[in-house]
Amino acid sequence: MAEETSKQTDDVTRREFFTKLGLGSLSIAAVGTAAFSYQYLEPNVLYEPSPVVNEGKPDRYPLDSVTLDVNSGIYIIHSQEGYFSLSAVCTHLGCLTAWKPELGIIACPCHGSKFAVSEQGKVRPGDKIEGPAPRPLPWKRIWLNDDGDLLVDRSTDVPPLAPDSFVRV
Amino acid sequence: MAKTIDQRFDDLRQTRVWRSIFRSGAGSSTLKRALAIQQNVFLHLFSTKVRTRMLSFSATWYLGTLTLGTFLILVATGIPLMFYYHPSVPQAYADTKDLQFVVSSGLFLRNLHRWSAHAMVFLVFAHMFKVFYRGAYRTPREFNWVIGVVLLLITLLLSYTGYLLPWDQLAYWAITVGSNIASAVPLIGDKIHFLLLGGNAVNANALLRFYVLHCMILPLTAMIFVAMHFWRIRKDGGLYAHSSEPAVVRANASEFPTSPKTGEKWGTPSSLRAKEGQ
Repeated sequence: MAEETSKQTDDVTRREFFTKLGLGSLSIAAVGTAAFSYQYLEPNVLYEPSPVVNEGKPDRYPLDSVTLDVNSGIYIIHSQEGYFSLSAVCTHLGCLTAWKPELGIIACPCHGSKFAVSEQGKVRPGDKIEGPAPRPLPWKRIWLNDDGDLLVDRSTDVPPLAPDSFVRV
Repeated sequence: MAKTIDQRFDDLRQTRVWRSIFRSGAGSSTLKRALAIQQNVFLHLFSTKVRTRMLSFSATWYLGTLTLGTFLILVATGIPLMFYYHPSVPQAYADTKDLQFVVSSGLFLRNLHRWSAHAMVFLVFAHMFKVFYRGAYRTPREFNWVIGVVLLLITLLLSYTGYLLPWDQLAYWAITVGSNIASAVPLIGDKIHFLLLGGNAVNANALLRFYVLHCMILPLTAMIFVAMHFWRIRKDGGLYAHSSEPAVVRANASEFPTSPKTGEKWGTPSSLRAKEGQ
């Protein structure tokens, strides 16, 4: 009699089983809810402009010129080696930088970062000269389309001073 | 014989309509006065009685109350502002200009909202310092301090999200910089940046998300934590008022009854009995 009525250590009562089943299902539902909520908050479609911008014909940019396209946030620079593009967004906290022709550098008005534009010794275009910016201004992919227009892809970084980072006309 | 106004009010209070609305009715007995607070859904968060010493100005400078007051002003001015503001990208700036120059009392509402926001941040910090320097965070009030810190963060977030809504240059760049600071968090920084803005840059999605945060999510969270904060004050024994504070000593002299057995003032902590005497 005692063995039949006493509860042994590996026995689970019906109540315990259903409790565990219920709590387990609720946990799975909670985790699932959290996962779906997170997915909901991340947009799948962005109504942002295309990262590829058309900067027009190369002869708009004279030799040794630095041109800021304010709406796209990039510089088109025509140096001896060809045309290349730098991002105009400061790598510190995202302010729009400005070209300072009298100083020959790019400067950020927010916290005073300064970036080089021309190659001098070890300093490459885009490298930080001074200021709190942690990284140099990235070079953006630039190429000529079939119409002969300069196109820049702002979502793609290219290595500085690499041969493919320039457009030679 | 004409009835006086008071008599007429008494008659009014006996009517079925009145008793249905106000249940326990008005009165000056202790019971009636306690019931007026305790049975009111809006007021029953408060205790029916408080110690006079807790009401002293020099103890708290009423900073906590003032903070709540500015919060209520912000809600009261913010909701009318919502009637004329569309949280969409070119429209937001135009609506802010409209509120300022075209809408009747729009300038007043907007300015009061802005000033109250700055005042609330200032008062929140002042309240925090006052609590700290008085030691009002000590046992058993430690958790209430934690709730207060959460409320401080919510206040700052409310300021931050509200800053974007006028959609002017100041707003745009402030949020650009702020969200880029968020992306500096290790590992998940870029994810936070993307979620916060609903995109890669500050644009229509960001404005709408900040609007929802500013008008719905953060105020509701603030109200929940304010309720907890007030509840904890009650449960921790009321506003902190140490017996050695000058205002408290003055209040103690008249307020506390004397124990008939020992002849001491009730409520005086043993460490100070010798000083205070009777």
